[in-house]
Amino acid sequence: MTATADSRAGAAAVDSANARRLVDLVFRIREFGIVAVLALLVLVTAVIEPRFVDLTNIQFILVDATIFALLALGETMVVLTRNVDLSVGSILGLSAFLSADLFGRHHGISIVLVFAVGLAIGVACGLVSGFLTVVGRVPSLVVTLAMLYILRGIDTLVVGGGQVVASSLPNSFIEIPRKTLAGIPVLAIVVAVVIAAGAYYLHSFRSGRELYAIGSNPDAARLAGIPAGRRVFTAFVVSGGIAGIAGVLYAARYGTIDSTAGSGYELQVIAAVVVGGVAIFGGSGSAVGAAFGALLLNTILSALYVLGVSPFWNQAIAGALLLGAIALDRGISLQLAATLRKRRTHLGA
Amino acid sequence: MAPDARPVEGERANTAEAAERLRSLVRWEVGLGAALMAVIVFGIIASSQFLTSFNMFYLNLSIGEIAIMTLPMTLLVVTGEIDLSVASILGMSSALLGDLYSHGWSMPLVIVAVLVVGAIAGWVNGFLVTRVGLPSLAVTIGTLTLYRGIAIVILGPSTISTFPARYTNIGVTALPHTGGYLSYSVGIFIVLAVIFAIVLHMTPVGRSLFVMGANEEAARYAGIRVKRTKLILFVVSGVVCALAGALYTFRLSTAVQNNGIGLELNVVTIVLLGGVSIFGGRGTIIGVVLAIAVFAGLQNALFLTNFQQSAMGVVTGSLLLLSVLIPNLSSFAERGRDILRRRELDAARGAREAAR
Repeated sequence: MTATADSRAGAAAVDSANARRLVDLVFRIREFGIVAVLALLVLVTAVIEPRFVDLTNIQFILVDATIFALLALGETMVVLTRNVDLSVGSILGLSAFLSADLFGRHHGISIVLVFAVGLAIGVACGLVSGFLTVVGRVPSLVVTLAMLYILRGIDTLVVGGGQVVASSLPNSFIEIPRKTLAGIPVLAIVVAVVIAAGAYYLHSFRSGRELYAIGSNPDAARLAGIPAGRRVFTAFVVSGGIAGIAGVLYAARYGTIDSTAGSGYELQVIAAVVVGGVAIFGGSGSAVGAAFGALLLNTILSALYVLGVSPFWNQAIAGALLLGAIALDRGISLQLAATLRKRRTHLGA
Repeated sequence: MAPDARPVEGERANTAEAAERLRSLVRWEVGLGAALMAVIVFGIIASSQFLTSFNMFYLNLSIGEIAIMTLPMTLLVVTGEIDLSVASILGMSSALLGDLYSHGWSMPLVIVAVLVVGAIAGWVNGFLVTRVGLPSLAVTIGTLTLYRGIAIVILGPSTISTFPARYTNIGVTALPHTGGYLSYSVGIFIVLAVIFAIVLHMTPVGRSLFVMGANEEAARYAGIRVKRTKLILFVVSGVVCALAGALYTFRLSTAVQNNGIGLELNVVTIVLLGGVSIFGGRGTIIGVVLAIAVFAGLQNALFLTNFQQSAMGVVTGSLLLLSVLIPNLSSFAERGRDILRRRELDAARGAREAAR
């Protein structure tokens, strides 16, 4: 009697371990798939147009992708909890202008201080979004959609008709995205380290795992004693802070900042996150996948440009990709659920 | 005697429930009415121009297409879905209209083609939501980008502004017999609003939309064809937004790829301000109509006070936040009371333990 019960429990344990391995495998395949698509894209484009794999072009793609990859890290944390942050583009724009404007107002201001200001602006915005979502119990979609327009409106009021031009920025600031180490942009290395740290946090820290739990089933997470409100709030603050830093990087990268800086970025970031395999319903995905998603989108846009496709196609392609990625995600998760169910029935019989 | 008692009781419960429902609705709409009064007073104080027929006509023009797009959105939100691609469908229709007309198509044919494309755009949304099973939020964020992208592909950087005066006149002249107050777009809106109100509030189909929004599972078990109805709603939304696109193009007498960009926020804001619950299952067309008046009046009054137009987003966004926060206020109060009560209990327990 006991023996049968034991063996059954053992079989169940083995089965659940198998299931976990299957889930892990599917997600690893997903990340691997993005890398494969990326490699194929680079290869095909390079064969047609060798200029594409120029060192300078690759550096350009990497630096442009770093800003999106950073934003994607913050967005991933929010999306994992079954929320969404649509305000990142507006936060980036506001932070880009206000921080770059500091150079014109206070000559010789330290660059570290400017980054700190950008971070503070982003964190402040994230605090508001997080507070309204968690305490106000308003769906994050509505909160951050409203924040998108409010922050952009504030940006317009602050900027007025003016703009910051590259000549008003110190050289040491402009040089940040251009520094390279053995041909690789230093910025890309730093961001890669940050994303690796973020991925490690999400994968291995208790509070990181709790974000997944909240996204998988908010009610169950709360009943299991996870401080869901605090975690979601933190995710919004981190996402805001990252968008603030990204704004300063944007200023350094482009030099010219008017009141439209970063508008529409939120959709590209969400596209990157979803293409990178983070489920829009929350609960699954990885920061590394999201970063590769951002890199893939930037590479596609760059490839289209190099191949002479009119830039007017960019937005249509981004939209189609986003839809394709969401549909693919749905297909994979349905397939996975069906497979797991079949195994369970098999064990029962 | 006894068999009679039960139906009466049931009826009484029904009336009580209906009264309760009515009260909660009336409260919101009375609030909107008060807000409208406040906006009108504000407008009159802000400028002597506010109530003139010229200004009212301008106000009509500025809100017409947005008002039209709120109607299908109301129905969608009532069923618990959302369509964020409305302004992009408007933009795509506008671009298509300009492009086809500049290629020598006759205008009536162009309009039909545009409406058909709008229906297809709506069908794609509906198909992905109901048949593939994706969340409407994610789908329509995707098609927001896609349809705007198609508008950019169609027109590129070019502007088309050679439309026949017969059509572009709707941006200049008022509807006849309205004293110069009503624009054609608002005239069309009024007709559509009546139709939508009848469908939503007086037909079985309308009731079924509320059921879907309140509990989709229950609706399906009650034999309501949830998926098909939602698919139809998305198609209706596409057609209506395409119509709004045509009106928008004629009013400005220009087709550019960025026509109507960002209007989805205004549409969603008005619908939520109108008391339609973002979670579905609740809302009225009358509330939405009042919200349109409040929104348009406020926008216009601010315009007359030389408020920077590009910063209207601050006002719109704040309105959106308020309209979702205010209904939550009573639950805040409840939660606050809970916390206080718990503290009192804790304090009492602490005192008891200290005494022991």
